[in-house]
Amino acid sequence: MTNIDKHKNGDIPLVTYVSGPVVKASRGHILSMNEMVEVGTQRLVGEVIGLEGDTATIQVYEDTTGLRPGTEIIGQGMPLFAELGPGLIGHIFDGIQRPLTELQEKWGDFIQRGKVGSALSREKIWRFTPRLGQGEIVRSGQILGVVQETEAIEHKILIPPEVTGTIKKVAGPGNYTLEETIAVIETTGGRDIEIRLYHRWPVRVPRPYGKRQMPSEPLLTGQRVIDTFFPLAKGGTAAIPGGFGTGKTVTQHQLSKWADADVIVYIGCGERGNEMTGVLTDFPQLLDPRTQRPLIERTVLIANTSDMPVAAREASIYTGITIAEYFRDQGYDVALMADSTSRWAEALREISGRLEEMPAEEGFPAYLASRLAAFYERAGQVVTLSDLKGSVSLIGAVSPPGGDFSEPVTMHTKRFVQCFWALDKELASARYFPAINYLQSYSAYVKAVAPWWFEKTDPEWEKLRDEAVQILQEDAKLQNIVKLLGEEALPDDQRRILEGARLIKNDFLQQSAFDPVDTYCMPVKQFYLLKVIIHFIRRLKDVVDRRIPLFRAMELPVVEQIHRAKTSIEGEDTAPFQHILQDIDSQIDQLLARSQEARDVV
Amino acid sequence: MLSDKVESTSEKRMAGLEFIGLQKISGPLVIIEGISGVGFGERVELITARDEIRQGRVLAISEKAAVLEVFHGTSGLDQENTRVRFMGRPFEMIVSKEEVLGRIFTGLGMPLDGGPAPFRGEPRNVNGFAINPVARAYPEDFIQTGISTIDGMNTLVRGQKLPIFSGSGLPHNDLAIQIVRQARLLTEESSFAVIFAAMGVRHDEAEAFRQSFEESGVLNNVAMFLNLADDPTVERLIAPRVALTVAEYLAFEEGMHVLVILTDMTNYCEALREVATSKGEVPSRKGYPGYLYSDLASIYERAGRIKGRQGSVTQIPILTMPDDDITHPIPDLTGYITEGQIVLDRGLYQKGIYPPVNVLPSLSRLMSDGIGEGKTREDHRNISSQLYAAYANAKQVERLASIIGEEDLSTTDKRYFTFSREFENRFVRQDKDEDRSIFETLDLGWELVMMLPEKELVRVTPEQIEKYGKTAHTSHQE
Repeated sequence: MTNIDKHKNGDIPLVTYVSGPVVKASRGHILSMNEMVEVGTQRLVGEVIGLEGDTATIQVYEDTTGLRPGTEIIGQGMPLFAELGPGLIGHIFDGIQRPLTELQEKWGDFIQRGKVGSALSREKIWRFTPRLGQGEIVRSGQILGVVQETEAIEHKILIPPEVTGTIKKVAGPGNYTLEETIAVIETTGGRDIEIRLYHRWPVRVPRPYGKRQMPSEPLLTGQRVIDTFFPLAKGGTAAIPGGFGTGKTVTQHQLSKWADADVIVYIGCGERGNEMTGVLTDFPQLLDPRTQRPLIERTVLIANTSDMPVAAREASIYTGITIAEYFRDQGYDVALMADSTSRWAEALREISGRLEEMPAEEGFPAYLASRLAAFYERAGQVVTLSDLKGSVSLIGAVSPPGGDFSEPVTMHTKRFVQCFWALDKELASARYFPAINYLQSYSAYVKAVAPWWFEKTDPEWEKLRDEAVQILQEDAKLQNIVKLLGEEALPDDQRRILEGARLIKNDFLQQSAFDPVDTYCMPVKQFYLLKVIIHFIRRLKDVVDRRIPLFRAMELPVVEQIHRAKTSIEGEDTAPFQHILQDIDSQIDQLLARSQEARDVV
Repeated sequence: MLSDKVESTSEKRMAGLEFIGLQKISGPLVIIEGISGVGFGERVELITARDEIRQGRVLAISEKAAVLEVFHGTSGLDQENTRVRFMGRPFEMIVSKEEVLGRIFTGLGMPLDGGPAPFRGEPRNVNGFAINPVARAYPEDFIQTGISTIDGMNTLVRGQKLPIFSGSGLPHNDLAIQIVRQARLLTEESSFAVIFAAMGVRHDEAEAFRQSFEESGVLNNVAMFLNLADDPTVERLIAPRVALTVAEYLAFEEGMHVLVILTDMTNYCEALREVATSKGEVPSRKGYPGYLYSDLASIYERAGRIKGRQGSVTQIPILTMPDDDITHPIPDLTGYITEGQIVLDRGLYQKGIYPPVNVLPSLSRLMSDGIGEGKTREDHRNISSQLYAAYANAKQVERLASIIGEEDLSTTDKRYFTFSREFENRFVRQDKDEDRSIFETLDLGWELVMMLPEKELVRVTPEQIEKYGKTAHTSHQE
């Protein structure tokens, strides 16, 4: 039945109630759950989120000002979907995948309402090279051919999920737009399916894969406190909770700049407009340390800033993860940053409130935990349907009210993530960045990634790391005494711990995002920097054992070298570190010898 | 086809569809039944039996009934004789440069100075539209406020939203006035305007602002929107939006650099809570509605710069933290949206220090892009970071001293102890009309950190110590 026919039969849903983004409609029986709808002549996009009797409840992804009861609603016959194909990389979309650059061309500098074209450009021409030929039997997820989307990303054109059959026709190498048919597949049932360069996928449904694997490779970020202390594995999950001003967003930006993933999906979910602008200004200029190509050539941006409609904010997380899964299915390692999941949870709460649902903790709906779990479960390392290895790593920022980690979103998130990078207000107010609290944070991937570090750096890696963690923990205990009595009151062997911890904190963990050398630290450099510091701390023990005052050792010129190492030594050069190691030994030995002489004289 | 026709007939409906009689009056809300052709968010006028007009808007609408929010309060309305006129349009403000600058309006944009209501120019929806992130230009022009704690350590840039977190009785208004008076760019002079929106503030506070604008001779570049303490509560929800609509017009159509002062956001949030409660909404923290974040964002995000356009909107919202608690939902959610915060401290105020800015919890997120070589000075980032680190450490030393006594501190700690006092008395403290240049501020910072042993200065480079530290120190000695 066409819409006109439906109308004649009096069978078109009409708006009966409007309150903010929540709209109720009559004749709900012709709509289905989660179906996408368009409301009124402005074609406001919405989604059916409830059906009861003949009343449909719809959440509208745009401002509903001026919407009147009696307005018509047109069902789209499918759930909220994302368009997946060439044209995603380097682009910025809103929460329901409207292309923001095109919106600006159409409407100017302010975002208006209503439907615009499609997410991916239909005019742009892509060079397609087939990988499969006529007559081959294919199943979903297989690679039909490729399009070089950017210098860094070869976009693989997949047989869409749920399509299996024989290739009846396939286009030769050449230039095609998204709408052109590049292949026809005859299904086992004898039906012909036309394949284009793109396909659609409902965002709330995880995309299928072959099988899951345990994460084993670190997702390197160049951030020492993360890579060495609290590593994340490819396909793993992490949360960054922290009150305002503790550096969540700077950390997220650092990760999206330097993480060694093939594709980055960055979701600005209910955050500041200027931050997205910052990403858009920086990323075309910054180079990926591995490929030497601009970072924007591997990045997909989703921006639903805090002043954009709240319902689209709820959807933005799903749009983002669906795009991430799509690149995973092409055999890529994808890292997804969601800043911030708390804003997404608040969007859930806001809509839930308007639906007059029974609230659970702090007004959040009772299904908050299950939604969070379902989201983090979409991360993972998998073998794809076409037997490639791919992964989605998920890093969610959490913005706990008042910096209180016992609130519902932080608490539930903690249950579903393996890595917890707790940001600390006190560290941040001393401008100590990244303000990751090394006592509250944890990572369950240390054992999983240790073999990688053995192989790439040195078998001593885990030992050094554990020793450093231990020193920091002892230091934390001693600090309680220091607070009461002052540092002077401690004996030298305990002050050695304090000095050691200070070195680890200032010269290893602290890392400047704004220093051109320090902003990214290679794994080898991380290892040697830690080795130098731990070696010095070990040698301090000799000094203390000989009853030489500790400050004499701290005045050695090599200490200054250690202080400057993180910003002065570039790249993967290990020679300068070998020098420092030698200098430590020679200077400490000298110190010991001098004191021995002095004693002999006496 | 058919639906287009339906829509176009209703489009033709003249503004002023009228109904009579109210079904329910509860707090600032009114329910009216038996209506049709009314849209969500539409502006309404309620006409009392005595022909007095009150403004309002539609909060929720169904086929038969509408929930209205009345800005002037519902007191004196009766159920039978009140007429409701639906205007068919959202709340709008007519804006033109000549008709708003130098004037005073109510929170709803009605003239308070005896002049005529603006009538030239386009009516603009006071809710505004979100700026497309693609269209935004990244704020990076340093604004010199002449206040060391801001310029040196929490730099303000054009297009930023930087609130003042204060407490009742603290001199936040003096600080805001001083910023308005002294703020300027290092590089150029250009046309500027100040938009002042008061929400539930006292008469004398509003008057103090007016007087200071007059004294500094900027009154002709100021538009004031006043919702005072005894004005209707619900009007507070519209006042900042009207003010920002004017600000956006002046910035993005007229190319002016607009500084918007919003005070006091705490009163705004309380008005929001009041309305939410009368609607019977599910409350979240401390009774505030769950959408407080989104609602505040729809105000604060209306700051910034746009590529290819001259002007900018810079916001300085002021809020008083209830019970000086920074974790209270109002400062907390504000801090998550704004690009930093300037935090005033009762302890410093009681020591007699003005401005009592506590730099440790204060922050400017856009600072790093607005400072450095070519903008302020090459050493700005490092000296600021060094001051932070030193002052944070000094505060710990102070805590220690309060336990073991000042005499028992180590030599280094004693230096930190003195540093802390000097920092507060010389760097933080300044007169209400003292306008320090950024270079004076930075040199002063150097002079102070040089009081510490050189090995403690790990955030600055040895070259910088040589170049700025040593000279600052000697000039002090002379």
